[in-house]
Amino acid sequence: MEFLNALADPAIPFLRYAFGVGILASLSFGIIGTYVVARRITYIAGAIAHCVLGGIGAGLYCQHKLGITWFGPLTGAIVAALLAAIIIGLVSLHANQREDTAIGALWAIGMAIGLLFIAKTPGYIEPMSYLFGNILLISKFDLWMVLVLDVLVVGTATLFYHKFLAVCFDEEYARLRGVRTDLYYLLLLCLTALTVVLLVRVVGIVMVIALLTLPAAVASNFAKGLWQMMVLATLFCTAFIGSGLAISYNNDLPSGPTIIVIAGLVYLGATGLRQFSSKKN
Amino acid sequence: MPATSQQETAIHIRNLDFAYNGTPILEGVTLEIMARDSLCIVGPNGGGKTTLLKLILGLLKPNRGEIVVLGQTPEKSRLRIGYVPQYARYDPQFPVTVLDVVLMGRLDRIFCGAYAKADHEAAQAALAEMDLADLAGRLFAEISGGQRQRVLIARALAAEGELLILDEPTANIDAASEEHLFEILAKLNERLTVMLVTHDIGFASKFFKSIVCVNRQVVLHPTSELTGELIPNMYGGDIRMIRHDHRCSPEGHCSHGIS
Repeated sequence: MEFLNALADPAIPFLRYAFGVGILASLSFGIIGTYVVARRITYIAGAIAHCVLGGIGAGLYCQHKLGITWFGPLTGAIVAALLAAIIIGLVSLHANQREDTAIGALWAIGMAIGLLFIAKTPGYIEPMSYLFGNILLISKFDLWMVLVLDVLVVGTATLFYHKFLAVCFDEEYARLRGVRTDLYYLLLLCLTALTVVLLVRVVGIVMVIALLTLPAAVASNFAKGLWQMMVLATLFCTAFIGSGLAISYNNDLPSGPTIIVIAGLVYLGATGLRQFSSKKN
Repeated sequence: MPATSQQETAIHIRNLDFAYNGTPILEGVTLEIMARDSLCIVGPNGGGKTTLLKLILGLLKPNRGEIVVLGQTPEKSRLRIGYVPQYARYDPQFPVTVLDVVLMGRLDRIFCGAYAKADHEAAQAALAEMDLADLAGRLFAEISGGQRQRVLIARALAAEGELLILDEPTANIDAASEEHLFEILAKLNERLTVMLVTHDIGFASKFFKSIVCVNRQVVLHPTSELTGELIPNMYGGDIRMIRHDHRCSPEGHCSHGIS
């Protein structure tokens, strides 16, 4: 109740924005998270998420040191995420072996570049808020940004649903049916990249991967087919973010970790329940 | 085109060489496969069976020589081939329904959005032909191995090709499913060219019209040749007890320890 009153309180708009961003982003997270879990590319999504710090650092540096006002941390994050998606995608398509080593390297390099930029940016910048999220930084602009990215991600993902499904399930067969599978795989990674950026402000770079995969993983216990999994994952994601924000507000806890702990507990519970019930049968 | 469609060539390979990382896999392959033939590709592991399939499908390019499939290059004829991979290579947890798998056979007919009514009808017809109509809504992961195999055949049929290619369809399925599979293939062979890769041909010898031996070189035998005195000579016994140590060579089959 306290949380609902706070949502309506004009004195604390950031909570309203955080809530709005979370609800809107859930749609992308449910859909793209399902593809990521089904295709088993959590590790690749994780690498993309961490490379985002490079873009955030570059954005801060450009804004504060070089005075390029239009290239801020969010623009930097989007550029870095897309760049990372394409590089990592090409590596995973063409590196015949040791794909994981190359991706691990990119993961670390992306973060390192970000921290170097932040170190050279004048003024005190707290990298923690980017790594673990800080809802105090959310503005009305973020809400609009999320809305635009949401439309882009959800639109593309649903329009090419059958292509993505086939590319994730059986890439070779999709190619034999005349689908340019490499292109769709890269497109899927780019959509993953944009999705990751959506919630960097709320849960941060390090934990965003959990919010991408855990709702889909929980949904996979109940879903029959991919689109059902997407719908359920979206609902779970909304529930995790909503309840996480409420609990963190009521108990004066950081919101990102609260959301992730809730998601993690539900995931463990659902998986345990499934193990238990399948043993009983 | 000659009026007798029975005599059309389905696949024509001339002087083909293929090497992987400098190691020759196939050498000097010349092969002509007629339409409506039913053939079995046999040979030892690493002998080049799968490579030959991938060359025909256009997934690999030959270093030398030429392949013509259904009168076109493999890349162009691809859409007219129904391909059935091994079902065991699929992620057993992937959340996809049987109907969605079969609809993938129609993937080339849509750019974006949903499948058309005709695509759904073709998928349902293919499922019905494989006796799977009532499984359409089930998860691919929930059904048995033999059923999954038939779902993949239904997917190939939904594509409405002229050539059906199956990779090791007898691996990982039980004897009853295997027998059922060959009944299905015999029926399909009335309208399609059927080609499959397998480790053992004994059980199926009565179905195939030709046998292709692949071990770096490729030799085609009509199964009619494999009757009478030839079989004991070549295999050292009944064809049902096919030897796994015999070697395919251009001069014919040489084998160890056969008198």
